[in-house]
Amino acid sequence: MERMLRMASRVWLFPVLLALGHVPAWGQVNLAGVWNNLQILHEDEPERLPGPELGDYLGVPINAAARFRADAWDASLITLPEYQCRVHPSDYSPSFASIRMWDEYDHDTQQLIAIHIHHFAWNTERTIWMDGRPHPPEYALHTSMGFSTGKWEGDVLSVYTTHLKEGWIRRNGLPRSDRATFTEHFIRHGDNLTLMTVIRDPAYLTEPMIRTRDYVYEIGGQIAPYPCESVEEVIRPKGKIPHHLPGTNKFLGEFPAAHGIPPEAARGGAETLYPEYQDKIRGAAPAAKADAK
Amino acid sequence: MKSRILPVLLLAAALASAQPQDSEVHVWPVQGNIYMIVGAGGNITVQTGKDGVLVVDTGLAPMADKVLAAIKTLSNGPIRYIINTHYHADHTGGNEKIRLAGSTIVGANVTGDIKDAGVGAAILAHNNVMNRMSAPTGQQAPSPDGGWPTSTFLSDQKKLYFNGEGVDILHQPAAHTDGDSIVFFRRSDVISTGDIFTTTNYPIIDLAAGGSIEGTIAALQKIVDMIIPVYGQEGGTMVIPGHGRLCDFGDVLNFREMTIIIRDRVQDMIKKGMTLEQVKAARPTQDYDPLYGSTTGFWTTDKFVEAVYKSLKGEK
Repeated sequence: MERMLRMASRVWLFPVLLALGHVPAWGQVNLAGVWNNLQILHEDEPERLPGPELGDYLGVPINAAARFRADAWDASLITLPEYQCRVHPSDYSPSFASIRMWDEYDHDTQQLIAIHIHHFAWNTERTIWMDGRPHPPEYALHTSMGFSTGKWEGDVLSVYTTHLKEGWIRRNGLPRSDRATFTEHFIRHGDNLTLMTVIRDPAYLTEPMIRTRDYVYEIGGQIAPYPCESVEEVIRPKGKIPHHLPGTNKFLGEFPAAHGIPPEAARGGAETLYPEYQDKIRGAAPAAKADAK
Repeated sequence: MKSRILPVLLLAAALASAQPQDSEVHVWPVQGNIYMIVGAGGNITVQTGKDGVLVVDTGLAPMADKVLAAIKTLSNGPIRYIINTHYHADHTGGNEKIRLAGSTIVGANVTGDIKDAGVGAAILAHNNVMNRMSAPTGQQAPSPDGGWPTSTFLSDQKKLYFNGEGVDILHQPAAHTDGDSIVFFRRSDVISTGDIFTTTNYPIIDLAAGGSIEGTIAALQKIVDMIIPVYGQEGGTMVIPGHGRLCDFGDVLNFREMTIIIRDRVQDMIKKGMTLEQVKAARPTQDYDPLYGSTTGFWTTDKFVEAVYKSLKGEK
């Protein structure tokens, strides 16, 4: 009898052990639901609502090529019909507004296949594959959402994304190339969620660009539709692209002048990320109001 | 004649380096009946269906066997048509071998031996492709005659209906060369652009073969006009570039934007009276160099700037 009980207990343990062997594929923390950032709009507010000021590259580890390209950027570009509904890329969309997350499980095995995210911004949706599939070859299509795979690292969901379309680091012309990749960490603390994004771009960044965004769980939260239909805002000849020729962008001086900071600080670069930079520019003359003209 | 052959071979070698480096060809499904073969030189588009196989461009000659093997993984049907987007050897090098692996349906008004007329697939291209690949009698042709087009067109369009869909072959004058065609598969909703659009380098403007910056921009605009995305700048019409990865609307817009901006910068410098050397020194491409620039190989950034400058000044 005793022997039978021992055997029975082993039989009972078998499926448990089998299941434990699959634990890495299961969600450690439930991230499903609507995560609202409306209560935290003060966090990087220009990025979340009106967009950053022109010429504000401060604290962004850009290289000279990115700076040159941003200087040439003309906000009128987004009046072109073909640019009006251009969606925020997945490394920027969460900056903009609320997100909804949900899990997709295989019916029979109850293994986690994917985690999905819907962004309020432009109604975009992305899939984070949790089933261990490989990333596609380089010659596959790149998209604004990219191709993402995730894994649980303790209670943190870590995600790696490739196959991105060209996007932007900031909405003032600072580019992010289609060669960039990024890693994200979704960290839940009760009803709060922190999303940390680390962007690596061999074309336009000299160091990883790190950004965090915070959200609050919203019981019964809803996300409104985000339809977009382009219209002719400005009549232009076909093929006309608004841009500033080198050295002609008169708006670049407005940001340092408005905030009384040295013009060179506004030009960004990895150096401007670090506290030591404050010592370097201490005593430097702030931009004059005249620089804005 | 050597002066015509050498640039083509150099160009083919340079662009071949932009492909996967494993010396193998790779098949990638696009949508509808369309597949993309990469790694054989220029990208190859394959359409399959009940009527057989149609291919757009044939890659480099040494890769033809591997391309044929790749096509066989997609269809056992006969290869009926080859369409050439332009004459460069990285897009036409496999013409002869791939043509001979196929066949043409013949009958009715055939002169001579009807059996011979059915040998090989038909090769379709704009007449300027034929002009660039062949040579007047008695002169050495740049390309072997077995790979020359078997049917050419002189107007701006040739239409086919094959495998249940319309296939539009649209000539784009004076773009990458003077014989470029883009190929639009209307039901599958896929455009094959040839080297008018690539993701790996600045636009290659073959001035000696009739290319121009304004023609390149016009052709890119034509592609933009043909594409209907699902939403924003994505989905819908898929675009197979001459080199590089599979694309859609947003990618073509980015490439068009870059080309127009650099054209505008060089044009402005010309208006200011700057010489070619001064324009190069001003580095009008510096913000796009991390994406498309090169200091080595056949198509360097300097070559591109020089081509834009000369094209705008009407020089060859």
